[in-house]
Amino acid sequence: MISGRVWKFGDNISTDLMLPGPALALVEKEQMRWVFQANRPGWVDEVRPGDIVIGGRSYGIGSGRPAARSMRNLGIGCLIADSINRLFFRNCVGYGLIALSCPGVSAAFEEGQIAEVSVAARTVRNQTTGQTLSINPIPERLAKLMLSGGIYPLLEREGFIAPLVA
Amino acid sequence: MGMTIAEKILARAGGLTKVSPGDLVVADVDTVMFNDTTFYPGTWREILHVFDPAKIVVVFDHRVPAPDRACAQMHVTGREFCRRFGITRLHDVGYDQGISHVIVAQNAYALPGTIIVCSDSHTGAAGAFNCAGRGIGVPDVVHAATTGKTWFQAGATVRYDLIGALRPGVATKDVFLHIAQTYGDHYTFNIEYGGPGVSGLSLDARRTLRTMGTELNAEFSIFEPDDVLLAYMHERTTAPFEPRYPDADARYEAKHSIDLDRIEPFVALPDSIIRNARPVSELTGERIHHAFIGSCANGNLDDLAIAARVVAGRRVAPGVRLLVTPGSQATYRQALEAGYVATLLDAGAVVTNATCGACGGGHMGVLGPNETCITASTRNFKGRMGDPSARIYMASPATVAASAIAGTITHPGTFLGAEATP
Repeated sequence: MISGRVWKFGDNISTDLMLPGPALALVEKEQMRWVFQANRPGWVDEVRPGDIVIGGRSYGIGSGRPAARSMRNLGIGCLIADSINRLFFRNCVGYGLIALSCPGVSAAFEEGQIAEVSVAARTVRNQTTGQTLSINPIPERLAKLMLSGGIYPLLEREGFIAPLVA
Repeated sequence: MGMTIAEKILARAGGLTKVSPGDLVVADVDTVMFNDTTFYPGTWREILHVFDPAKIVVVFDHRVPAPDRACAQMHVTGREFCRRFGITRLHDVGYDQGISHVIVAQNAYALPGTIIVCSDSHTGAAGAFNCAGRGIGVPDVVHAATTGKTWFQAGATVRYDLIGALRPGVATKDVFLHIAQTYGDHYTFNIEYGGPGVSGLSLDARRTLRTMGTELNAEFSIFEPDDVLLAYMHERTTAPFEPRYPDADARYEAKHSIDLDRIEPFVALPDSIIRNARPVSELTGERIHHAFIGSCANGNLDDLAIAARVVAGRRVAPGVRLLVTPGSQATYRQALEAGYVATLLDAGAVVTNATCGACGGGHMGVLGPNETCITASTRNFKGRMGDPSARIYMASPATVAASAIAGTITHPGTFLGAEATP
């Protein structure tokens, strides 16, 4: 069970908003400082590890840049949206950010409420209103990758990429 | 029940006899492309094994030539990667460099019936060549380059049959904006383009339409093969390939017919594209500061030709900057030879080297606070081309060029003579 405070964002949240082009030149840890700087300046100072981001339709539309990684590095407990752009979803799987499509989720929550998420049972519950919605299924192989830190740990184990030097 | 083009290509790549919407397909990839951003110090993971160096293409395009030290470092890393694994298809700064999807087009790297993947979202541009292309992000590209495999979740397909021919001054960019406005989001769906109107569209024009399929949220967008495509491929490659046609009883989510003769120039309003476009005539008069023609979608020879025709003998309006970025150095040379570059320069345009550049707000032509831009590129998202307060309209190269001359959003027919008059 994942439980966390909800931050709400609208439709068509692009990867440009999560990781603007110029931030790509920065080292990984600095990139997350730029998340939502254009549409919600100061948010990265307010968000806390374990918080939940709820978006509208087409969350993550746009460029294939590693924006999901910045969300993961901010400690987002999970991302839930009415629909998630398929390329962004691939990056969520690849970088190990829990990302769930749940039609209607945006209308079911107000900012600051607590969401309770069960990936196994495929449910999202609004702790305040008691409303429960069901999450769209994710193919099992992809869910496993997403929940276990993504693709790189797998490729490291296979000897296909070098471990990260701390 | 038969299969659509996308289903057939996925079936072949997955070693399956049948693919249906919803299936998770583990596919063998035919081509894996890296662009320079994969090698950014903050993104790159050292690769120790490559499944087949002959199936890898590396193109430097996003930050070319390197505008700062981080970018210089990523290019060094990219060159070392190619050297280490004997990758010969490296398109480095110089003669055969360009935007990756344009390089794929001009070198026939995307063969009909095959699969190409790259981290970049516009990789699907290869659909113009009856090739299933998809942007898959960096981790999946590293996976594909090391194992030769990736995954796809098959989607249902929406079919568009194009009929008739575009009127002068109207481009496939306008067709795209019409589709975005009329049919909206294509989330989880493939798009298939066919019909008698396709044969009248150049491969560049088809690629513009296909490149923009990414902005419809579509999965694969693939054109049905025709003689124009087959001749284009045979001029550029001796590699064998097998084009894929849809079965007569293929199942489509929806079928639409688009009469090209009836398309008019469109403009997308700032910040988003889907259901956010209007006919140019409704926006005429909006003042602009910056006009851009370029990117994988609109840096083609066709695009430079129509821009040159619009601005010929005229001058960009005071207070407006017109930036033109050819899609590849080869396109640049062709435009130079055809006289388009001289015409553009005489009108006051700045013509840059081939790069993604201004489209992603990377370098050259970044927008300042509260500026208004009209762009013939891929996206109009808030903050994408520079300051978040800048407003970005999106249109065809002809409309952008006309707007640069007038200083306000303007119908291209204004400068193209009687046959294209609004």
